[in-house]
Amino acid sequence: MLEQSYFDRADAIIGQHGTEQRFLIPIIQDIQNYYRYLPPELLSYVAKRLGINEAKAYSVATFYENFSFEAKGKYVIRVCDGTACHVRKSTAIINQIYKETGLEKGKHTTEDMLFTLETVSCLGACGLAPVLTVNDVVHPAMTPEKVHELFEELKGAEAK
Amino acid sequence: MDYITIDTKKIPIEGEKNVLSLIRKAGIDLPTFCYHSELSIYGACRMCVVEDDRGRIFASCSEQPRPGMVIYTNTKRIQSYRKLMIELLLASHDRDCTVCHKNGMCELQSLAYRVGVHDVRFPNTKEERPIDMSSASIVLDPNKCILCGDCVRTCDEIQGVGAINFAFRGSKTQVTPAFGKKLSETECVGCGQCAAVCPTSALSLRSNVTVVWDAIEDKNIRVIAQVAPSVRIAVGDHFQIKKGENSFGKLVEALRIMGFDEIYDTNFSADLTVMEESAEFAERLASGENLPLFTSCCPGWVKYCENKYPEFAGNLSTCRSPQGMFSAVLKEYYKEQDEKEGKKTMVVSIMPCTAKKGEILRSDNFTDGRQDTDFVLTTTEIIRMIKQMGIQFDKIQGESADMPFSLASGGGAIFGVTGGVTEAVLRRLSEKKDYQTLRDIAFTGVRGEEGIKEATIEHGGRSVRIAVVNGLANAGKLLDRIKAKEAAYDFVEVMACKRGCIMGGGQPGPAGPRTKQRRMEGIYKVDQDCNIKSSDKNPAIEALYQDFLKGKEHKLLHRNLSGQEAAQTGQKHV
Repeated sequence: MLEQSYFDRADAIIGQHGTEQRFLIPIIQDIQNYYRYLPPELLSYVAKRLGINEAKAYSVATFYENFSFEAKGKYVIRVCDGTACHVRKSTAIINQIYKETGLEKGKHTTEDMLFTLETVSCLGACGLAPVLTVNDVVHPAMTPEKVHELFEELKGAEAK
Repeated sequence: MDYITIDTKKIPIEGEKNVLSLIRKAGIDLPTFCYHSELSIYGACRMCVVEDDRGRIFASCSEQPRPGMVIYTNTKRIQSYRKLMIELLLASHDRDCTVCHKNGMCELQSLAYRVGVHDVRFPNTKEERPIDMSSASIVLDPNKCILCGDCVRTCDEIQGVGAINFAFRGSKTQVTPAFGKKLSETECVGCGQCAAVCPTSALSLRSNVTVVWDAIEDKNIRVIAQVAPSVRIAVGDHFQIKKGENSFGKLVEALRIMGFDEIYDTNFSADLTVMEESAEFAERLASGENLPLFTSCCPGWVKYCENKYPEFAGNLSTCRSPQGMFSAVLKEYYKEQDEKEGKKTMVVSIMPCTAKKGEILRSDNFTDGRQDTDFVLTTTEIIRMIKQMGIQFDKIQGESADMPFSLASGGGAIFGVTGGVTEAVLRRLSEKKDYQTLRDIAFTGVRGEEGIKEATIEHGGRSVRIAVVNGLANAGKLLDRIKAKEAAYDFVEVMACKRGCIMGGGQPGPAGPRTKQRRMEGIYKVDQDCNIKSSDKNPAIEALYQDFLKGKEHKLLHRNLSGQEAAQTGQKHV
């Protein structure tokens, strides 16, 4: 069960938009922006406030790849595996991240909730391939070495 | 007059909203999975594609007719399109047709045959998903779903429940409750309308046929059947009997051949319901409390009200449904005899309804902790049993049901259609019962298939405001209006299914507009043929009240509500 503060936050966000059904997507986007994921209980809660049945709200939220019902780590790393990045060896980048974080296929977030790894189909920066983003900061022309350096930096920042 | 040309035939446009309606008017049965005239247009199944004179191919269900259009419904291109589409649907479909519940009645199967798909070139790469058996009424088998969305739209648009919807996208799309929950954990009311529109058996009824056969075989069990009003006018559908014809006698004979020990008519207990509900209504009218009174004979509606409008739960009548009343009376009636003969009585009710399977499991329908109705068989299940046994239903003569519980008034008979319960209650409450008075009641506006009907009658020196609703989405609309104080009523009848029980989730399909009309007429015909019109004039009911029921009325005929619920409804005798 979520703490009351989550529902208060949802109420505040609904307050900014209104309770018309068409505001479902902007509202759950804002919730996801705030918590870095969409808590399922809040989706049900928003649906109820907007008079949308739960199954329909779930339908909307699952249609878009962007919404996640699982809590994400502090650093969300998106590795592009689109055509351009793929041919410029994004697979090696992903494997290096697996090595750095102990993640594996099917496991997206580390136990300490520090890192979440997502592969995406295109980040729209094919000229910078292979590319990844950390919390929306772009890291161009990656190599396994540069990935190692990046993680040293992130882990170092955490240790302080 | 404007017209369009369909395969060389000129067809006038007379207000049709889409090309498909015109094609059907031209006498061509164009196949569809996702088109239902009562639902919104979805255009997903692509079965209704046609070609125009410019070689453009489009779905006729979602195309407006324009004067001068020239349409071809069966060109070589269209044929191969349709065939490929079926082949692709079959590719990701569980194709164990021979062991499927819908074998022989499946629209996908018959269409595959019709368009001539004899081979599927693609392997089924779809991951097998578990079957949801959690509901007492409905089974959801995602492996048989073709994503036509009929169930989703019916549940949302017609019933206003919205328990299921599409989730995910692309090849991962599935029809499911939110968050992959089980149906039993949702607001599903068990009405079965999703299964009624499902072209395959992705949604089907929970069957109790095997357990009932087992009980019949057991000589220590007295198996009693009660047959609901709407079963008799639909059971003949699969046996070449005229649509809407009353086959009650044949059904009684068939049940005897199967080995049921006693067969009674639920119309009888519908009379009991009229008596109790009328008394309750008169009481509430006098006290002015808990008005409007909501009828409680439809379990889909009761559950909907409790789920979505709990603040109105106290307005629901405390009466059990005719099924509930009857089973409680039967169990009590045979108690002594059971003890003497060392037998056990089992009540099997034969119903047009899937939600009834859920109703019997509700503790407020128990008597002293005992489940009164043991099993519910829907009309489709009883048809299956008749076929299993090979009874030639169209050839048997028919018999009459057993006494003392089969004599019924016309008031009990009309419970099967929307407005019927109200009409029966009005007959009961009316002091005069002459022909003209009864005619007047019939024409107050309670009859007909509109979603919400309203009427005002004079009773006991005041105007009584009545609303008759069918389809749960309509009920939601009405409750919203009552809540907003835009409307006020004294008596509200709600039937979850459109047109009432005659189109219940357990009735055989497919049933088009003509069948629906015939079924409605069939029910009123049963009433016309009855000598007794008003429930209180039924001598069997009078006798029951004077003797057997004395002092037990509330225990057997009303829901045994918990203290708090009882206080909410103003129920006095517990």
